[in-house]
Amino acid sequence: MNKDRKTNLISFLIILFGFILTTGLVAFRVIDEYTAQILTIGGINVIIALGLNLISGFTGQLALGHAGFMAVGAYTTAALIMKLNVPIFPAILAGGLVSAVFGLLIGLPALRLHGDYLAIVTLGFGEIIRVIMVNLSDITGGPAGLKGIPPFTTNFFWRPVLSFALVYIFLVLVIIILNNLINSSPGRAIISIREDEIAANAMGINVFYFKIFAFTLSAFIAGLGGGIYAPFFGYLNPNMFNFQKSVEFLIIVVLGGMGNITGTVLAGFGLTYLQEILRFLKDYRLVIYPLILVLMMLFQPAGLMGFFGNKGFSLTRFVREFNPKKIFRMKNPGKAGEK
Amino acid sequence: MTVLKAENISILFGGLKAVSNFNLELKAGELVGLIGPNGAGKTTIFNILTGVYTPTSGSILLQGRNDSLQNVTKFQPYQITGLGMARTFQNIRLFKNLTVLDNVRIATHFNTKYTIFHSILRLPAFYKEEQRIKRRCKELLKIFDLEQKSDELAKNLSYGEQRKLEIVRALATNPHILLLDEPAAGMNPQETQDLMELIKFIKEKFNLTILLIEHDMNLVMGICQRIIVLDYGQVIAQGKPAEIAKNPRVIKAYLGKENENDA
Amino acid sequence: MGVIQQILQQTLNGLALGGIYALLALGYTMVYGIVKLINFAHGDILMLGAFAGYFVLNYFGVTPGTLVLSFIISMPVCAIIGILIEKICYKPLRDSPRINALITAIGVSLFLENGARVLPVIGPNPRVFPTLPSVTHNLFGLGISRVQILVFIITIGLMIILNYIVNYTKIGRAMRAVSFDQGASSLMGINVDRVISFTFALGSALAAAAGILFASSYPQVEPYMGIMPGLKAFIAAVMGGIGSIPGAMLGGFILGVAETLTKGFISSQLADAFAFGFLIIILVVKPTGILGKPVGEKV
Repeated sequence: MNKDRKTNLISFLIILFGFILTTGLVAFRVIDEYTAQILTIGGINVIIALGLNLISGFTGQLALGHAGFMAVGAYTTAALIMKLNVPIFPAILAGGLVSAVFGLLIGLPALRLHGDYLAIVTLGFGEIIRVIMVNLSDITGGPAGLKGIPPFTTNFFWRPVLSFALVYIFLVLVIIILNNLINSSPGRAIISIREDEIAANAMGINVFYFKIFAFTLSAFIAGLGGGIYAPFFGYLNPNMFNFQKSVEFLIIVVLGGMGNITGTVLAGFGLTYLQEILRFLKDYRLVIYPLILVLMMLFQPAGLMGFFGNKGFSLTRFVREFNPKKIFRMKNPGKAGEK
Repeated sequence: MTVLKAENISILFGGLKAVSNFNLELKAGELVGLIGPNGAGKTTIFNILTGVYTPTSGSILLQGRNDSLQNVTKFQPYQITGLGMARTFQNIRLFKNLTVLDNVRIATHFNTKYTIFHSILRLPAFYKEEQRIKRRCKELLKIFDLEQKSDELAKNLSYGEQRKLEIVRALATNPHILLLDEPAAGMNPQETQDLMELIKFIKEKFNLTILLIEHDMNLVMGICQRIIVLDYGQVIAQGKPAEIAKNPRVIKAYLGKENENDA
Repeated sequence: MGVIQQILQQTLNGLALGGIYALLALGYTMVYGIVKLINFAHGDILMLGAFAGYFVLNYFGVTPGTLVLSFIISMPVCAIIGILIEKICYKPLRDSPRINALITAIGVSLFLENGARVLPVIGPNPRVFPTLPSVTHNLFGLGISRVQILVFIITIGLMIILNYIVNYTKIGRAMRAVSFDQGASSLMGINVDRVISFTFALGSALAAAAGILFASSYPQVEPYMGIMPGLKAFIAAVMGGIGSIPGAMLGGFILGVAETLTKGFISSQLADAFAFGFLIIILVVKPTGILGKPVGEKV
């Protein structure tokens, strides 16, 4: 058990080091503002895609409305900040919670049944939430959108640094939550549902409960992503959260490999960056994306990470297998607190 | 003491009566065989008993963890497993893409003594319980000689090993009643012989009551204390192996047909 | 106009719209019945069918004769597209996890929509669909347009033909057998691949007809026109009991009437939301649908 704590502590130090390093690079403008912005958007995309990966990749239930959950989170956070002067952090969490409530309400009827109803119901949810956003113009600004959401800070110098740092922290938290969940007994229960629902049920797994749990947590994470997005971007419009956006998250999950956390992280940043490069393609992008989905499913269903044995990268495993004592020359790391 | 009681269960599939007025009473520690020609409704009965199908009529009483019979007719499969009745599947339903160890660990889930919060926060209870689970699963795998394969994917096991893993997985749910659906299907005579010994062994070791479906007559006659014969969804005979072997109705309905089917 | 007459008028309009949904729902239900896949691309076949009809009518001009011709050309074209989609995209995934096939279906659907959008001959902008001059007849005091009459004739005609094919022909028997038990059908010497191809062809041809009727009713065509009818037809199929052919017909008509009544008396903006509300209610109250039979997965 001591070894576990040691590994965890070292992982924590690596994460902390990465945080100081990257935020420092942004602060000193070694990473320019434009790149920092792409990284921040990339981080938000990864957070939401990780949420989607939980329900579609790990639990095996296709969800097609994560842009909708993102929208719920974004508008909730924006409304709380703007109308009720709630501080940013609780507002972002509230965005996640409201989104989770929506997830629960949708999941209860759709996940009760065997079959692919969740796909259709979430697809419908994604469309309807937009209609509602357009009609709730008091809170959402209607079709014209919601302008002037206060940013994390108005200071010109600190703004990109703070945005980036915040996304980094949330991203790391989401990864830790997912990783710890998946590599545990409830996580194995969730994966068993994807593998064989009937067998899982017969082995004592409450399939419905875990599907609901995974979907609600997934919606929460997507809402969190939306909540960060609102003050970062400063402007919201119902059409930002269309079906195309939901599909982009799905592409990230599929490219990274369903049920592969590392893959989602890499694919999320990669695709966000690629999107910037491929701007000149305009509408043709819309043809390339679905083509990627079909080709991946036909020829590389394990995702790009599948080329590397599909094990996924695990920081804790990395630390454990690289014999931390030799690398870090630590004598008594067990005493310090855990993360 | 009765541990499982099925009273007058019938089930209709699109107007067809797949099982009609089936009665069963299992006493603690019994080893009962359920036989009958293909399509007689044996697996359907398993599916009804374990909650996969809800019977059209009739009721099922199961001894729970607290020694009293309770009505489980409308229970979900996971609830029935939770009360201590586990099963294997005729058409092997392992979690193919997961490791052997994970297959077994999943079956221990509902006995796991930590919550989602323990696992997310990696509290000490998590590590302790994970170690206990792992130790217990390895012990079970060892009984079936699968311990050294625990890191292999289930789909890479041989057919016989997969059948054995199905049993290990069911045992990991900590049952007091075990339903085995054709555990020896696809095994050669030697493997079947070994399996018979194993079934006897685990029955004693874990204090099990076993109901098994099997086509291999040597196995059924060799280990079952009582046999129930099913044809067209109805019980046509039951009794000791020696009586069943001599029963003319069974020979006509079952053994005669069996030869045709095997041809 | 009195309220009762208004209700009757909206019901009539709803039946016409519902006929189109029903044609589309039939494709969903047949495909689901046989390969257990929600074919998300089905709504886009409607779009392709409408465009095929658009090109025919634009080229030859609109007369009753060319209108018939548009069906004769559009339906086989879409049938072939349907077969190709199945052969290229779905067939290789038959033994994969269901979520993979579903993702592929989503990909195919978006590919067709966005592909049409970038295709120079179609493009992103809506175009006016050529129709015969609109004439409204009087039926017991209710107005019924020529397009609506066309919708009724075509939908009912096609349903009768479909009913004949499914119930009285060899291939229809094979379809029913495959949807009942694919493995056993294959053992009985049924060419399962051919039956699946035929099912996609049949469903796509019906979708094409629905496309021309839908485009004539509104009258316009654009690349994303298939999405909402596609979703609603799916809801109709679930409502009727997915896998059930009479169920899909019934579900289509019910959903069409519900939609026009919602639009006429409650809110036109929320009509789509109501359709999904319907779906949720069905899933909660009677997930097997009105005419569906509970089918347990084989264990």
